[in-house]
Amino acid sequence: MPITDYLMVSGILFVIGTVGVVVRRNPLLMFMSVELMWNAVNLTFITFARALQGLAGQVFVFLVVTVAAAEVAIGLAIIVMVFRNRKTVDVDEIHLMKG
Amino acid sequence: MAVVFWLAAAAAVILGIGVVVAPHPIHSAVALVGTLFALAALFLLQDAEFLAVVEVLVYAGAVMVLFLFVITLLTAGKEDVRDRLFWQSGGLPYQVALGGGLGVLLLALLADLFVRVLPIGPSPALTAPGWGSIKAFGQALFTRYLFPFEMTAVLLLVAVIGVVVLSRERASK
Repeated sequence: MPITDYLMVSGILFVIGTVGVVVRRNPLLMFMSVELMWNAVNLTFITFARALQGLAGQVFVFLVVTVAAAEVAIGLAIIVMVFRNRKTVDVDEIHLMKG
Repeated sequence: MAVVFWLAAAAAVILGIGVVVAPHPIHSAVALVGTLFALAALFLLQDAEFLAVVEVLVYAGAVMVLFLFVITLLTAGKEDVRDRLFWQSGGLPYQVALGGGLGVLLLALLADLFVRVLPIGPSPALTAPGWGSIKAFGQALFTRYLFPFEMTAVLLLVAVIGVVVLSRERASK
């Protein structure tokens, strides 16, 4: 397959994730959209690693997966804490940092 | 190969749209698991064996189970847990316009990029046999990229401590 096809899938998935973050109001769904964006970028890394036949891209994907796991653990803990204190997780009703 | 690619690509995109559109968080999570499986197939098509396995085990397994735990925790005992869909997100039409506009703009940019800049052919045949195998990947990870690999251990330790501190019940409040 031409590597452009893989990059196209990756690009479309990234756009879907971006739109999801902007459009949804549930932080869990926004989070999942961010996961979609992470994985779209992973696909790009792997595509170019294959095209250039270097392993740096694959190692980078491994690191990205690790960072994403850490990010999900922390982020979900924050969401649970917010829910415990405010009884809601709608991002429109949570504006503690609004100036 | 081509059939597998198009099947996986179509599944990834359709289920990806499902993640964004599904009204219930559980449906989104299941769609995301499907997307991750399709992506693992795309990884496998490009000789990234180990990362395809990692994608399924770590992402579709561990991370999504964490998501499902939190979804069930937050929606327990609620009758109506449906999120407002983006076409009915009350009083926020600018948000829909912004999301749609952003999506169209990004897709147009991508289309322009692919038409003018990136007419690249297929990936060249592998010069080194065994490239991307678990053996080659492990050798690279534990020799040349050992330092970043060890730093991930520090990162995960920080994450574990952070989660424990965050989710602890405050005794005196």
